[in-house]
Amino acid sequence: MINFFDRLMRLDRRWIFLFLIVVCIIAYVSDFDVPIMPEREVETIYEFVDSLPPGEIVMIAIDYDPNNLAELHPMTYAIVEQCWRKNLKVLITSLSQNGPGMADEALRSITDSLAETKTYNGQVYEGREVVNGVDYCFLGYKPYFALVILGMGQNFRLPFPEDYYGTPLDSIPMMQGVLNYDDVACVIDLSGGNITDYWISYGQNRFNFPLALGLTGVMTAQYYPYLGSGQVFGIMGGLLGAAQYEKLVDNAGLARDGMRVQLPAHIVIILFILVGNIGFFVDRRNRHRAEGR
Amino acid sequence: MSRTAVIVFAGVVALFVVSWMVKAMVLADVSETNIVDAFMVTVAAFLTLAIYSFLYKDNPYYKFAEHLFVGVSAAFWMVQGFWTTIVGNLLPRLSEGLATWFQQPYQGGGYDLGVFVFPYSIMYWIPVILGSLLLMRLSPQGGWLSRWPLALIVGTTAGLNFVRYLRSDFIVQVAATFVPLFGRDPHPWQGFGHFFSNLDLSASGQFVALLSNWVIFIGVFCGLIYFFFSKEHTGAFGKASRVGIWILMITFGASFGYTVMGRISLLVGRLTFLFRDWLGLIS
Repeated sequence: MINFFDRLMRLDRRWIFLFLIVVCIIAYVSDFDVPIMPEREVETIYEFVDSLPPGEIVMIAIDYDPNNLAELHPMTYAIVEQCWRKNLKVLITSLSQNGPGMADEALRSITDSLAETKTYNGQVYEGREVVNGVDYCFLGYKPYFALVILGMGQNFRLPFPEDYYGTPLDSIPMMQGVLNYDDVACVIDLSGGNITDYWISYGQNRFNFPLALGLTGVMTAQYYPYLGSGQVFGIMGGLLGAAQYEKLVDNAGLARDGMRVQLPAHIVIILFILVGNIGFFVDRRNRHRAEGR
Repeated sequence: MSRTAVIVFAGVVALFVVSWMVKAMVLADVSETNIVDAFMVTVAAFLTLAIYSFLYKDNPYYKFAEHLFVGVSAAFWMVQGFWTTIVGNLLPRLSEGLATWFQQPYQGGGYDLGVFVFPYSIMYWIPVILGSLLLMRLSPQGGWLSRWPLALIVGTTAGLNFVRYLRSDFIVQVAATFVPLFGRDPHPWQGFGHFFSNLDLSASGQFVALLSNWVIFIGVFCGLIYFFFSKEHTGAFGKASRVGIWILMITFGASFGYTVMGRISLLVGRLTFLFRDWLGLIS
């Protein structure tokens, strides 16, 4: 047994990588379901959006780059489709430089999905055409997000005189009478970087609008204090948060698919951590014995 | 170049070409630009595998993918910066001619001071000059000039952030730690008898609400003690400090767990691409 731990401590880390990737691939191509239990901080976002009357505007900030796509894109799909199925209007910005193209592609994809009649949570939603300028307005990207966030607090037209497609905001039907954050029901920031800090300190702190966050896993723990203080009303953390939201809206997507891999991968990593720690303590005890202590 | 390296390179090229051809044939029915699409998908798959090959050991394919990524990212940022900041924001405010040249709506005008109209464009020459001074960093003689705009940037950012963060990250956060330890609405404290006879262990119940408030109180208190170095960490003070370090470790553990999830999520994203978009093994 001691020999086993000794050999384990000297194991080439590449075997661990190989083992983990094999487990992930097997889990990925297997067909099984992982139970998802939505947490309160995710439910609050769902309930807030679900309770809005038709015609209200939800502002979604797609502030992530392609490298965060795997975690945050499922959130975009789930929330935007929920909004459109509930006949809410969506105002979209992308304050990350690499975000607009990706956001535009996602919007087109969700628009296609809306054309089909679907049943979510037992309710049938007839397929319909989503019209740019009526159902949504995509403002696009502007540099220096702190100034853009402050500018939008005065008037969306200050940083964005035109939308992403070059249409003046004043000639967009959805934007008639929509001046600033006072005219949106909430802001949901889906972010993979420090833009979130600016949405909190320059946006919510200054203009006091309801703010919810969709974050990458790496960032999530850092932002829970803002939930406790009431500065944000909900947090979706990483792929798990996205999967929980997909469950709440009853619209299974890539996040729930991904949780099939997360579960065995986490089990493997926990096992390796346990075995590694046991090996460390056994090794230390052996060394102490050898030294006569 | 060793013989093994040549064989591996030839194998990679052969696999690339085969993948491109097969993918082009598969896409022929669904896309008119199937050859280009197939090439892009194959390049993306090659780059994905090249990056993951680092897990085995550092190699030229990883280096190529890494350098390509850095180069493309830098170029993309520079082009985006030019078109969104200089062309999108600055030039339309400087000159009507430049705005017309870049097909941007002219955003000129001026403040009417009664006697004369003070043109906006004069104000925007200030960032032009400061921006140019930043580039002086490249000059060995005039490098010191870049410190002026840098000082302005640092000063402005510090001033703006101080006020904002003081409220959002300090005052509000400190206020959030002043929590009632014996209940309030919707769970007002009515004595231990009432508490235990109506014990509710649900997430929205009084017990969990009180427990989380106590965790916040003890966590903040002991965490602060751990960082208080003016008194030796012995006795009760030392024990509180030990609790503080445990609180910190649990926090770091939660962050680590989320980080693992984030990294596995990225792997899932690439697996989805490889198995669905490249190999077409899953729908």
